Amino acid sequence: MTALPLTPALPRTHRERLRWTLTDGWTIARSNLVHWTRNPAAVLNALLYPIVMVLLFGYVFGSAMNVAGGGDYREFLMPGMYAQSMTMGVMTTMIIIATSSARGVTDRFRSMPISQAAVVLGRSFADMVNSVLELAVLLACGLVVGWGWHRGAGAALAAVGLLLLLRFALIWVGIYVGLALTPESASAAWMPLLPITMLANTFVSPALMPGWMRVIAEWNPLSATVAACRELFGNPGWGGDSWAAQHALWLAIGWPVLITLVFLPLSARRYRRLNR
Amino acid sequence: MTSFAVVAEGLRKRYGDADALDGFDLTVPEGTVYGLLGPNGAGKTTAVRILTTLLRPDAGRAVVAGFDVVAQPDRVRHAIGLAGQQPTVDEILTGRENLEMWGRLRHLGATAAHRRAGELLERFGLAEAAGKRVRHYSGGMRRRLDLAAAFVLAPRVLFLDEPTTGLDPRNRNEVWQAIRGLAEAGSTVLMTTQYLFEADRLAHRIAVVDTGRVIAEDTPERLKSTVGGDHVDLVLRYAADLAEAARVLAGAAGAEPVADHDTRRLTVPVRDRIGALTRIMRELQERGVEVEDVTLRRPTLDEVFLSITGTAGVPGVTGVAGERTVA
Repeated sequence: MTALPLTPALPRTHRERLRWTLTDGWTIARSNLVHWTRNPAAVLNALLYPIVMVLLFGYVFGSAMNVAGGGDYREFLMPGMYAQSMTMGVMTTMIIIATSSARGVTDRFRSMPISQAAVVLGRSFADMVNSVLELAVLLACGLVVGWGWHRGAGAALAAVGLLLLLRFALIWVGIYVGLALTPESASAAWMPLLPITMLANTFVSPALMPGWMRVIAEWNPLSATVAACRELFGNPGWGGDSWAAQHALWLAIGWPVLITLVFLPLSARRYRRLNR
Repeated sequence: MTSFAVVAEGLRKRYGDADALDGFDLTVPEGTVYGLLGPNGAGKTTAVRILTTLLRPDAGRAVVAGFDVVAQPDRVRHAIGLAGQQPTVDEILTGRENLEMWGRLRHLGATAAHRRAGELLERFGLAEAAGKRVRHYSGGMRRRLDLAAAFVLAPRVLFLDEPTTGLDPRNRNEVWQAIRGLAEAGSTVLMTTQYLFEADRLAHRIAVVDTGRVIAEDTPERLKSTVGGDHVDLVLRYAADLAEAARVLAGAAGAEPVADHDTRRLTVPVRDRIGALTRIMRELQERGVEVEDVTLRRPTLDEVFLSITGTAGVPGVTGVAGERTVA
């Protein structure tokens, strides 16, 4: 055995601490990303699900669907699919967080002198990379089934930004909930999650729903993102006349910001309270 | 510099109505392998979690490597390594990638992390499997990789929570070997175990833990001698011979044997192991008592508990695996 490496000093300045946080975050993100490259079956599985949904809704149900105010159903559908896929991404965050806790990985991180912010930073960076890829595949899939953007690349990019903003906000929900769940119950979370993604303007116009359901669907954060994306992509919308429908663009920014403002501190607090 | 790696005074931790720790005191001299011995639920893991800053005590004080675990958690984390009850190694990465990741998280830098990973793989007998994904490792290899991960910076105090639970004897031996190596390299090792024979093999000192406190603390030799050393277990062919055989055992061992009529089993502690065993077997043969099975074994955790507290520990968790069969 050669001589032991010297123990590196603890960071002293704020700048040093920040540098450690960033490099640690990158180390953790990188090992998370390696998982994707080594596990093609899981990647395929994650990408296949939205593609199957596109085909099911676009062609099986789509043939019986009418878009309020006219327009092609698949043009109407795709922004909903994008947003639903971003929302379901919260499952990935939740399952990985719950599994890390159960396997003792979280404890090992917590027993080490690394910035705990780095752990979260690495996690969210890996999740975002993963979501960008997923969204790229879905957009390509949309183009194949006849969806397109009609208001220029700038507006289209803004829509993509709104979709990723929603996904970013949901990372904190995923961490907050995942820390309290076993891996088994985290995997079962799609059950309450799926109806939430459908109780929106994703597949059907809320105008066709009964009164109380319409209110929920109109104010669903997911609806705001979907409606704003339809507007920005220039796809047919559902033309509601409620306040929520009229101000979809503002809500598509407001909801994710609000969710982040609530759940980021909550998840940080739950993380700190693991020592109780 | 302190001469104690760990000092805990009056630690308390409550979960709901149950006291996990109830006045837990511990002093671990630097440079030793120290065993925390006790049944499931005794509070061993809670103690380790408090000492490694994962859990905050409700009351009491603990100093690890000279730093207070509540007031200076970062300093403590810098001085310790932890290997929990289950290996935290990443199954999808290779052994080498795992160690390089932990090395980088310890801020060794890419080059040093790579070099250190190589050294550790060599040291823990994993050099050949370095490039294989951990998913293909055996249970013992995973444990050893996990120990290596906790040892990336050669911590001053290394905490191992039940490092061999769930391993077969061969893998267990490999892990024991690795733990001895860590201690030789200069770390103080604090390990928990349910098995007296394991603490006996590895630890310089043992603290027996029950219901959230340390109920006895000594060297393994002295702890065992309070129990009466090794035991002879006899199984007779005929229950009718029990009384006569019990007289023979009592005469040879100088202690009253415990008899179990249903299993035709007699147990007695012996000091002069081989001498007593030889005498017992000879006398039984002379009297025509037929013996079905003979075992010379170390005392079980139950028997240690019995002699310390006067009550048996939790049944069913104790060291059957410590038996050594003669014959």
